[in-house]
Amino acid sequence: MSLDIYAEEIISHYEHPHNKGRMDNADAQYHDQNPLCGDDITIYIKVSDGRVSEAKFDGIGCAISVGSASMLTDMLKGKALEDVEKMDAHTVIEMLGIDPGPARLKCATLPLKAAQKAIFVFEKKDAGEAGKRL
Amino acid sequence: MAKFDAEKIRGDFPILSVTTNGKRLVYLDSAATSQKPIQVIKEIDRYYREYNANIHRGVYKISEEATQAYEDSKRKVASLIGAKGIEEIVYVRNATEAINIVALSWADENIKKGDRILITEMEHHSNIVPWQILSKKKGAVLDYVKIDADTGMLDEESISEQLSKKPKLLSITHASNVLGTINSISEISKEAHDAGATVLVDGAQSVPHMPVKISELGCDFLAFSGHKMLAPTGIGVLYGRSEILEKMPPAFGGGDMIMSVDHQSFTSNDLPWKFEAGTPNIEGGIGLGAAIDYLNGIGMEDIKAHEKSLTRYALKCMEESGIRTFGPKDEKARVGAIPFEIDGVHPHDVATIFDSEGVAIRAGHHCAMPLVVEVLKKPAVSRMSFYIYNTEEDIDKAMEAVSKVKKTFKLS
Repeated sequence: MSLDIYAEEIISHYEHPHNKGRMDNADAQYHDQNPLCGDDITIYIKVSDGRVSEAKFDGIGCAISVGSASMLTDMLKGKALEDVEKMDAHTVIEMLGIDPGPARLKCATLPLKAAQKAIFVFEKKDAGEAGKRL
Repeated sequence: MAKFDAEKIRGDFPILSVTTNGKRLVYLDSAATSQKPIQVIKEIDRYYREYNANIHRGVYKISEEATQAYEDSKRKVASLIGAKGIEEIVYVRNATEAINIVALSWADENIKKGDRILITEMEHHSNIVPWQILSKKKGAVLDYVKIDADTGMLDEESISEQLSKKPKLLSITHASNVLGTINSISEISKEAHDAGATVLVDGAQSVPHMPVKISELGCDFLAFSGHKMLAPTGIGVLYGRSEILEKMPPAFGGGDMIMSVDHQSFTSNDLPWKFEAGTPNIEGGIGLGAAIDYLNGIGMEDIKAHEKSLTRYALKCMEESGIRTFGPKDEKARVGAIPFEIDGVHPHDVATIFDSEGVAIRAGHHCAMPLVVEVLKKPAVSRMSFYIYNTEEDIDKAMEAVSKVKKTFKLS
């Protein structure tokens, strides 16, 4: 695992984010913020057969949150909803290949938290209960 | 006037010799909280070792000593800001609590439905949210003086326009924690008084950094925090004009704030104790006294001059490396807090990379979301801020960190 949290890959995702932009026909979406940083992100998901068929994100944020959103939306495609719900901070750290440290972990996990909340809303569960592992 | 000896001062701050991320700590976040000199740390240590006791109660020696030290510290505060005496100095937790007490007590008595409360767009949340809570409760109207986002100064026309609506209260910061702007309080408070308003000044960013005298501000209340001026956290000051404090009901009830209590009623203690319910922050008061002694030993005029010089140097360095700064361009119009942005890089990424170089700065909305988000239209900004122990070398280190940011994000 890299010690430098601004690893080449994160900067590259920040500069050229994947899956960025609104999705008008999303099955599930959730807008979430990190009030400390001002990161502000919306995750959009299309669902088919209990799996994520498409994922996008929009919003503004730091390199960590945008890099994380870019990688996460890549990773979510094809995943079963229940597996997404089980993901936690370790999933994010592994995906990023860096440990952002306690001060910046919230930036890194914001996109996953929003995705889990989107899925909870889609399943008509209380979104406040989602993201508890993060 | 003795020459300002930054190296000698630095030697008094033990934390400045720690390393962080393997680098010497360069602390550029004094607008958030200041570091503490050994003289303050030792005085608090001495209190606990030699005379720790509750105050205003014991008839034994160490309680008298503690009471004396606590009250002496109020005399030092009164003298620092030119208050009439300790009856005008209420100890609180911080500037935030000072403002909240004015809202809970003075404003609760004096603000009625439809009355107007005037603040400015450059306030800290501590001088916004208490008035939002009060306005909701009372049905009062909360108005804002506009600022010019380019100059970082209050819009003078907006001041006159808002004052013509006859607000009951003007609550305004002396110096902006984000922009660094110093407001011309003496003129504004005169205009506000002429319009019939009571004036509260938030001095959290001014009292630690320059000579501040009540007679010059012309205000009715002044709020500030000890922890931004070398004292520990948890001690702050509400100055109130004694004629106003006399008429105000206590905000909190409990021990020490009463003269006598029977089954159904109480009579309040004299000023300032009427506003200090329960055992106060004794070590905080004593620490604040020691902090003021330390500041007076340097001299507030010299402190101000030192910070102006650092601010001028930092503004020049940042301009040369093409970094956008916010707030007044003239260092005379500002305190040593400089918000900045590096194009294309989020302020939190900037702060994290600075940290990797040992340089501590703040990034975020700085508890001033209406200013940062709505006026400057930024989700966040980075800020470096200075105090007595900073030097031009610290700013050079910050500029090296800027180069690292640019390199990481391939900006140059």
